[in-house]
Amino acid sequence: MTPILPAYSLMDHDIARARPLPTTGVGASLQRKEDRRFLAGEGEFVGNIKLPGMLHVAFARSAVAHGRILAVHKPAGFEDAVFTMADLEAGSPPVGPIRVLSSLPGFKPSSQWPLARDKVRQVGEPIAMCVAASRAEAEDIADAVVADIEDLPAVVDMLEARDAPPALVHEEWGDNIFLETLVEGGLKGDAFEALKRGAAVKVHRRLRTARQSMAPMEGRGVVCSWNTRLDQLEMHTAAQMPHINRAGLSETLGIDQASIRVIAPDVGGGFGYKGILLPEEICLAWLTRHIGRPVKWIEDRREQLIANTNCREHHYDITVYADARGRLLAIDCDSVIDSGAYSSYPFSACLEAAQVGSILPGPYKMEAFRCRTWSVSTNKPPILPYRGVARAGVCFAIETMVDAAARAAGVEPHEARLASLIEADEMPYDNITRKHFDSGDYPEAIRRAMQAIDLPRWRARQGAAEPDGRLIGVGHAVFCEQAAHGTSVYYGWGIPMVPGHEQCGARMTPDGRLELRIGAQSHGQSLETTLAQVANEILGIDPDHVRLVHGDTGMTPYSTGTWGSRSMVMSGGAVAEACALMVERVRDIAAHLFQVPLDQVMLAQGRVSDRAGGHSLTLAELAHVWYRQPQRLPPGVNPAGLEVIGGYKARVDTGTFSYACHAVAVAVDPGTGAVELLDYVIVEDAGTLVNPMVVDGQIYGGTAQGIGTALFEEMRYDSQGQPLASTLADYMLPGATEVPAPRIIHMETPSPYTTFGQKGMGEGGAIAPGAAIANAVNDALRPLGAELTELPMSPRRVMAAIAASRAGGVIGSPHAAKGQAA
Amino acid sequence: MKAPVFDFTRALSVADAVALLADTARFTKPLAGGQSLGPMLNLRVAFPEHLIGVRQIESLRQAFIDPANGDLVLGAAVPHAQIEDGLIPDVTQGLLAHVAANIAYRAVRNRGTVGGSLAHADPAADWVNTMPLLGARMVAVGLAGEREIDARTFMTGPFTTALDEHELLVAVRVPALGKNARWGYVKFCRKPGEFAEAVGGVLIDRARGIGRLVMGATDGAPIVLEESAERVRAASSDSAVAAHWTDARLSAAIDAAGIGHDPYSAQLHLTMARRAIAVALA
Repeated sequence: MTPILPAYSLMDHDIARARPLPTTGVGASLQRKEDRRFLAGEGEFVGNIKLPGMLHVAFARSAVAHGRILAVHKPAGFEDAVFTMADLEAGSPPVGPIRVLSSLPGFKPSSQWPLARDKVRQVGEPIAMCVAASRAEAEDIADAVVADIEDLPAVVDMLEARDAPPALVHEEWGDNIFLETLVEGGLKGDAFEALKRGAAVKVHRRLRTARQSMAPMEGRGVVCSWNTRLDQLEMHTAAQMPHINRAGLSETLGIDQASIRVIAPDVGGGFGYKGILLPEEICLAWLTRHIGRPVKWIEDRREQLIANTNCREHHYDITVYADARGRLLAIDCDSVIDSGAYSSYPFSACLEAAQVGSILPGPYKMEAFRCRTWSVSTNKPPILPYRGVARAGVCFAIETMVDAAARAAGVEPHEARLASLIEADEMPYDNITRKHFDSGDYPEAIRRAMQAIDLPRWRARQGAAEPDGRLIGVGHAVFCEQAAHGTSVYYGWGIPMVPGHEQCGARMTPDGRLELRIGAQSHGQSLETTLAQVANEILGIDPDHVRLVHGDTGMTPYSTGTWGSRSMVMSGGAVAEACALMVERVRDIAAHLFQVPLDQVMLAQGRVSDRAGGHSLTLAELAHVWYRQPQRLPPGVNPAGLEVIGGYKARVDTGTFSYACHAVAVAVDPGTGAVELLDYVIVEDAGTLVNPMVVDGQIYGGTAQGIGTALFEEMRYDSQGQPLASTLADYMLPGATEVPAPRIIHMETPSPYTTFGQKGMGEGGAIAPGAAIANAVNDALRPLGAELTELPMSPRRVMAAIAASRAGGVIGSPHAAKGQAA
Repeated sequence: MKAPVFDFTRALSVADAVALLADTARFTKPLAGGQSLGPMLNLRVAFPEHLIGVRQIESLRQAFIDPANGDLVLGAAVPHAQIEDGLIPDVTQGLLAHVAANIAYRAVRNRGTVGGSLAHADPAADWVNTMPLLGARMVAVGLAGEREIDARTFMTGPFTTALDEHELLVAVRVPALGKNARWGYVKFCRKPGEFAEAVGGVLIDRARGIGRLVMGATDGAPIVLEESAERVRAASSDSAVAAHWTDARLSAAIDAAGIGHDPYSAQLHLTMARRAIAVALA
């Protein structure tokens, strides 16, 4: 497709700077339109929805991690209120399992039945659906459901699952491996071996990142009913990608997609947790039709923590080779991902590992790269791509290794990075795994970060003992955030959902307002504001006169939805294209009305006029003529009117590359292991910022979550596969007292491939904190000879690392290889 | 996370409450601020059949100085926030207010009560560690009448106390400290407001012969190291009293309490005790 819009004029950094600060269009820090309802408590979330005659659902869930189901007993007197997979399969058509395949060779698919059949493979797996007049009564019934389950050994640790499994999660596979991949680049074979032998610096570590629970403020929730007039399922669900949920419901329920309408209302945070087809959605869809009543299920926090999907659990056995000044030469890595019990819809069990294999080199140049990955199945919940997806683990791995190499070489870590990074004048740059870096100046980001954190100040402070005995450290990390990845990337990763072209439907109403319909969905991204800014930029229309319709399959064009920091690039591009088409329609109507040639008609500041100055109409006046006074329009006017579909795909679909350097100073208490963040600087380049205030908000929120990854969040399991956190008292999230106010410094290198030069940037904040804080903590512990190699850096792990170094200089916490200790 | 079915009766006097609690036909529990029992109900880890609301009992909401001996009589239903805000008489040189101000979050402190927290007896909570440090006495009322229980023997294990099943904790008697008394109370929490992983408390009141160190957030009742009154009175300084609390002695007590098997927890308890001593002597 050829975009209607010419290359946009904001392509040059300096021109963008020279423009007066915009107040409404692209670049304006416009206050969020959606906050009017959110701040007044007037949003509408799934939990707010009440339908006449609505019943409530609770699920009886497995208490064991792995077992064979012998029987499920419905409580006496409640046989009509309890449903098992046998009931769902007895319907016509029968409900089927969720099966999500990777197209990569060797992938082994899993069958996830919406209610467990034959086996349970994780604690919390739904076994029976219970319906009652209230949730409390439904929970009473669920408590009375008895499942006879023959225990099987639980597969808990991913390395054990791969190397010495106590059992098979999916017996038909013969092992516990969804997929094994190998990614190589640069020198191979003997040449690689020679490089290894000749490298001045070689560092090897085993690194581990904890399994995390994504914890949006609003959990999942479903309300659905069957509309008999339309013969259509109507489902409200807290979802990021309603069109994908519709497709998945169709496949598992065996009904056509037009008979399903999925609506995502206001959604209170997604972060990847709501980018999934839920077993509960399938169950409730079947139930509402079966009993002829609206039904509702709201996930509670305990279900969220113990039963539903997790994220982030990685292991790296990694060796980095560098020259004598710390410049990277090669990476050799074996990485294992704990993908959990099932392959989730639509991202599959392999997205995380596919990313690890291809993005581990980060923004560094090197001569050889080899990474083998295993996506392993265990008796734990499936993992989903959480904000930043594999990048948080990858950044932790590569950036702690760069620091380790710098320490080994005896240079400052930023010097090692500057020696290895892609330079600005090499952009665009195809790296060793053929990632296409679109633009940017990574070394400059590091230089600015070092200046802002004031490295010499912290080095000086380290020289003098702290009065309270704490140890001071300073560290940083750099990363790239590939966003809005398109067709080629997802096809290449074998993911069954491949994004293509994005559309926006635009309609001018008879009073000159604008309705925009997009298939992406907001779960906090501020799209109602930022896309109105795009419309303002093209059409000149007041952003308050723009209404965004999204999150509803019945009203919007198909889209894979909101994930991968894609909406500002993809929907932003589509809105721009639709508005450009609308400009042409408006001009055509005006030319006929004014009786002047088309090239004499111009549209500026929401007003259409002829260049001679004889005629002028507001958009509202023109729309009124088109809809209400067609008698005034001469023959020959384009009958298509003021309703258009604009489509967009980036010229180069490999994605935009935002990047940042996070630099942090810490104090580590050697008496308790506590880590305090003393200063935090972020130098970030997301290209053209459509709304800088919204961008800063994304960075703050992401960074808070990254601090959780670094220091707090950990979903632990015992040897039987029992989750050890069932409340937020046990699963520790950072709060206001743990998150400092980061100082954000923007660079603005527009992407050469997007409409305004904008780059996706919604995830970056969450990527670097684990790595940056680990580097700072290890810097602080260096005098003790201690080093941490596992996230989160809980006080217990910090103390264990200190104790291990005292006991004999073992690098890393003693738990890194096994992973079950806290 | 919805509570199972239960009955609720609001008691308006101690006599009412005690009579209702004497019901042996049903599992009956008193409910004060509900900051612990409420979540336990919703999580369905507690299944009381009959809850007796005691928060509205007027005498439980009082705090006053007993003219007979100068003790603070702290009603069991006094919320933490009242202590934090200095709305009750201070006989502890600010220790009670310091402890209260660091319990959980303000919203919890507004409703959570001293007696509720003590009777719940979570080892990681604050009052179960503070009251033994102060040598307080618990006042309990049952069908047999009123009795006092020394705070140092009140907690018998995690979430268990010396209270009879049908007894109601009505007040805590906190003895007044001398003018020159010095204390330290520190705790280690992963985040402000979370339950403590280790608590250290120290009280040195040479005029009254008190030299006491508490290590809390153990697997059960807090560890209390009590110096003899004679020894304390004979000491030439507060530091001389504290000098008895050597690392070796503290570690031995930590081991004896069964924490030693976890080196991290043992270290934390030692660190908190040392820091409490440092605060007291500062």
